[in-house]
Amino acid sequence: MTPLALFIAVFLACAVEAVEATTIVLAAGTARDWRSAFSGTAAAVVVLAAIVAGLGPALSAVPLRGLRLAVGGLLLIFGLQWLRKAILRASGHKALHDENRIFDDELAAARAAAHGGRFSVPDWYAFTLAFKGVLLEGLEVAFIALTFGTNQHDVPLAAVAAGVAVVVVAGAGVAVRAPLARVPENTMKFVVGVMLTSFGMFWGSEGAGARWPGSDAALLVVVPGVALLGLGLTALLRSPVPAPSTEVAGS
Amino acid sequence: MISAVGARLRAFLAFWYDFVVGDDWRVALGVVATLAVTYAASRSSTAVWWIAPVAVVVLLGWSLVRATRRS
Repeated sequence: MTPLALFIAVFLACAVEAVEATTIVLAAGTARDWRSAFSGTAAAVVVLAAIVAGLGPALSAVPLRGLRLAVGGLLLIFGLQWLRKAILRASGHKALHDENRIFDDELAAARAAAHGGRFSVPDWYAFTLAFKGVLLEGLEVAFIALTFGTNQHDVPLAAVAAGVAVVVVAGAGVAVRAPLARVPENTMKFVVGVMLTSFGMFWGSEGAGARWPGSDAALLVVVPGVALLGLGLTALLRSPVPAPSTEVAGS
Repeated sequence: MISAVGARLRAFLAFWYDFVVGDDWRVALGVVATLAVTYAASRSSTAVWWIAPVAVVVLLGWSLVRATRRS
């Protein structure tokens, strides 16, 4: 895996989750209190950074074969989940992720909730909504960035890719003060699903004792092969009537 | 008090189940079985790399067919 491929894989995965987290933070800030929403976001980022800082050295200490077996297995499960959802959405069997609708739902729920502050936070609801949204959406990304970075012996580059994605998406969200509905989220999810499935399959099999023909060069066949499989299944399952837009946040 | 702790524990476990296993537990189980079979087969043969790609085709196809039948 080249440094550029590592950067793109982590950037895309992080950007998809950042779009969803940004929608939740914007709803919390718009309906309630911006200061509390930003405080919740900052607190979640600190917790995520602590998790990465704690797990990073621990993962580096695990023998490479065991790490590849465990991490490859988890990445393969994550990748198949992402790919499954992206194919179901692209083929019309599952509603596309509608950030505008999610934003409206979060806005209505935030406006209906009780007001009140705790500790030095003026609006506790806005704080916890932003905190939960960023932490939950960020956990998967932290895992992907850590495992890709550890396997490629380049955690700093993976961390930079994750950071750049967050800055770009959050910056765009704050600039327009609206959900980023025009981001091709499902296409990005499909690409990340292909990458996670391919690398999960490659590393998991190596960790389980398999030797790929051509070693790392096998990825040049595996990645396009998984992409073609996904595109083929999408074409096969394409439904003439698209599913109604009823997606909820985080799915 | 105990029921509150139990509810929080259930919510905690449900979060991790959803995070790791996701929408279709059969896929997660299939991945674990695939890697176990690869490990067992690698002790007697070196050409076991093909097991995971075949499993991915079967698991993804099967899961999608089940999901589309439901929808």
